[in-house]
Amino acid sequence: MNMKNIWFIMKRELNGYFATPVAYVFIISFLLLTGFSTFFVGNFFERGEADLYPFFSIHPWIYILLIPAISMRLWSEERKSGSIELLMTLPVSVFEAVLGKFLAAWLFTGLALLLNFPLWITVNYLGSPDNGVIITGFLGSFLMAGGFLAIGACVSATTKNQVIAFVLSLIVSLIFVLSGYGIVLDFFSSWAPTALVNAISSFSFLTHFDAISKGVIDMRDLLYFASVILVWLFANAIVVNARKAD
Amino acid sequence: MTLRIEIDNLAKHFGEIKAVDGVSFSVNKGEVLGFLGPNGAGKSTTMKMVTGFLTPTRGTVRVCGHDVLTDPIAVKANLGYLPEGAPAYADMTPDSFLKFIADIRGLSGAEKQRAVELAADRAQIKHVMFQPIETLSKGYKRRVGLAQAILHNPPVLILDEPTDGLDPNQKHEVRTLINDMAHDKAIIISTHILEEVHALCHRNVLIANGRIQFDGTPYELEAMSRYHNAVCLTVDNVADDSLAAFLNAQGYVAEIEALSGDRGFRVYPHKGQQITAELSQSIRDNGWQITSLHAENGRLDEVFRTITMGNQK
Repeated sequence: MNMKNIWFIMKRELNGYFATPVAYVFIISFLLLTGFSTFFVGNFFERGEADLYPFFSIHPWIYILLIPAISMRLWSEERKSGSIELLMTLPVSVFEAVLGKFLAAWLFTGLALLLNFPLWITVNYLGSPDNGVIITGFLGSFLMAGGFLAIGACVSATTKNQVIAFVLSLIVSLIFVLSGYGIVLDFFSSWAPTALVNAISSFSFLTHFDAISKGVIDMRDLLYFASVILVWLFANAIVVNARKAD
Repeated sequence: MTLRIEIDNLAKHFGEIKAVDGVSFSVNKGEVLGFLGPNGAGKSTTMKMVTGFLTPTRGTVRVCGHDVLTDPIAVKANLGYLPEGAPAYADMTPDSFLKFIADIRGLSGAEKQRAVELAADRAQIKHVMFQPIETLSKGYKRRVGLAQAILHNPPVLILDEPTDGLDPNQKHEVRTLINDMAHDKAIIISTHILEEVHALCHRNVLIANGRIQFDGTPYELEAMSRYHNAVCLTVDNVADDSLAAFLNAQGYVAEIEALSGDRGFRVYPHKGQQITAELSQSIRDNGWQITSLHAENGRLDEVFRTITMGNQK
C-alpha cells in the first residue's frame, strides 16, 4: 500500500468539500443540531450535572441523519461523472482510493465534531466536569462517526444516484443503531433466546458507544468500531471493483 | 523497434453479448495506431481492458512488458489515458486537477511544476487554468483530459476519441500535438473521423462486432476501395457513346461508369493496376482532347461501410 497515494487522494477529496457549500452547510447543520438537542432534548441545564452526557448521547441519532449526506457523494458521484475511470486507471490500488476517500470524510467529520468545543468550555465554566470523560466521549463519538461513514461509503459505491445512496445509508445506519435500542430488544427478548438478543444488542453502535461516552474505555468497544470500519471498507473496495465500469 | 503494447486474443463478454471477441494486435514505439469502427464495435471496451479499467473475460494485455492482470499498477504507471468523454473532477480547476494527477504520478517539486506547465502548454489550456472545469466548454474539457494523459510523458498513450467535440482548428492542433509526440511513444487513438486516418495514423485496425476486420496501413485500407486507382476523365471532341465504346474495348479497362451530372466517365482498372498513363496516351493517340483527368485514391467511407456493414449480414 502506497501511503502517499492515500494522502493525495485524501487531500483532493477534502479540498473538494470546501470547494462547494457542502462543507459549510454540513458543519452549520451539525452544530445547530447538536446544540439544540443538548439543551432541549438532553436537558443539559435541568440535569444539574457538569458533564456532556446529554451532548454525546444524541450523537448516534444526529449521525444517522447527517453522515449519509457526507458519504453519499464519495463514490456515486465518481461513478456518475465517469471520473472513476480516470481514478481507477491511475497507478493507485482500489483500497488506497477507498481509504483515502474514507479518511477525508472522517477527518472532515472530526473537524465538525471539534467545532463543538464551545460546549466543552461552557461546561467547564459552569462547573468542574471530569474532562477525561469528555475527551473519551469525543473519541468514542469520532470512532462511531467512522463506523457510520464506512457504511455510507460502501453503500454509495453501489449506486450512481446520490439520493438512493443517502436513503440506503440512512436505513443501514438505522439498523445498526436500533439493534441496541430498548424497544427493539424487548421485541426480540419476548420470544428469542437470550444469546440471540445479546448478539443483536452487541451489534449495535449504541451498546458500544454508550460505555465510551460515559468514560469507560473498554478494549472490546474500540475493537468493535475498528472492525466495523475495516469490514465495511473491505466491502467498499469489493463493490467498487465489481461495479466501477457499470 | 520496441514492442510497447501486446494484445493477445482479448475478449470481453457482458452476459450473452460479446462486446470484444478475440482481438489481437500490437503497437511499436513510434507508431500511431488508429482504432476504427462504428459505435458499439468494441473500441472503448478494448481500450478499457488495455488500461486495466475492465477485467478481460479472456486474453492478455501487456504494456511495456507488464501484464495488466498481474501487475496493473506498473501498466498504469506506463500509460496515459484519455477516457471516452474526457471525465474529470468538475469542481476542480485545471491547475489543481493537473497537480493532483502529477502527485499521483509521483512527480514533485520543480519537476511537478514543469510537467504541469508543459502539459498545459501543449494542450493549450494555459489561459483557463484557474476556472472550474465544470464551467469550461466541451473542447477545453477534452484538452484538460489530454493534458492529464500526457502529463507524465508516458511511453504509451491511449486516447479514446481525442478530437471528438473539437472545432476544426482545435482538431488540427490536437493532431499536430499527437504527431509531435508520436516518435518516442506508442499511441492508440480511437476515432470514427475518417480524415484522421491519413492525418494521424501509421496503421489502422478496423473493428466491428467485437472482431478485427482489417489491420494494415492507411494506404492498404484505401486500396480496398473499388474506387482505388479509378480514373475520372472528360474528353472534349468526341461523342459520349463512341468514347464509351472505345474505353470498353481496351484490355486494361475493367468497367466504366458515366459520371453523374457531368460529361465524362469513371474508368475502373482491373484490381491493383494503374491505368492513368496508358489511358491518357491511348486517348491522345486518337486525336481527342482530354479536358480533365484524375486518378482516385480510394474512398475510406466506402471501405468503412463495406467492411462494417458487410459483416452484419
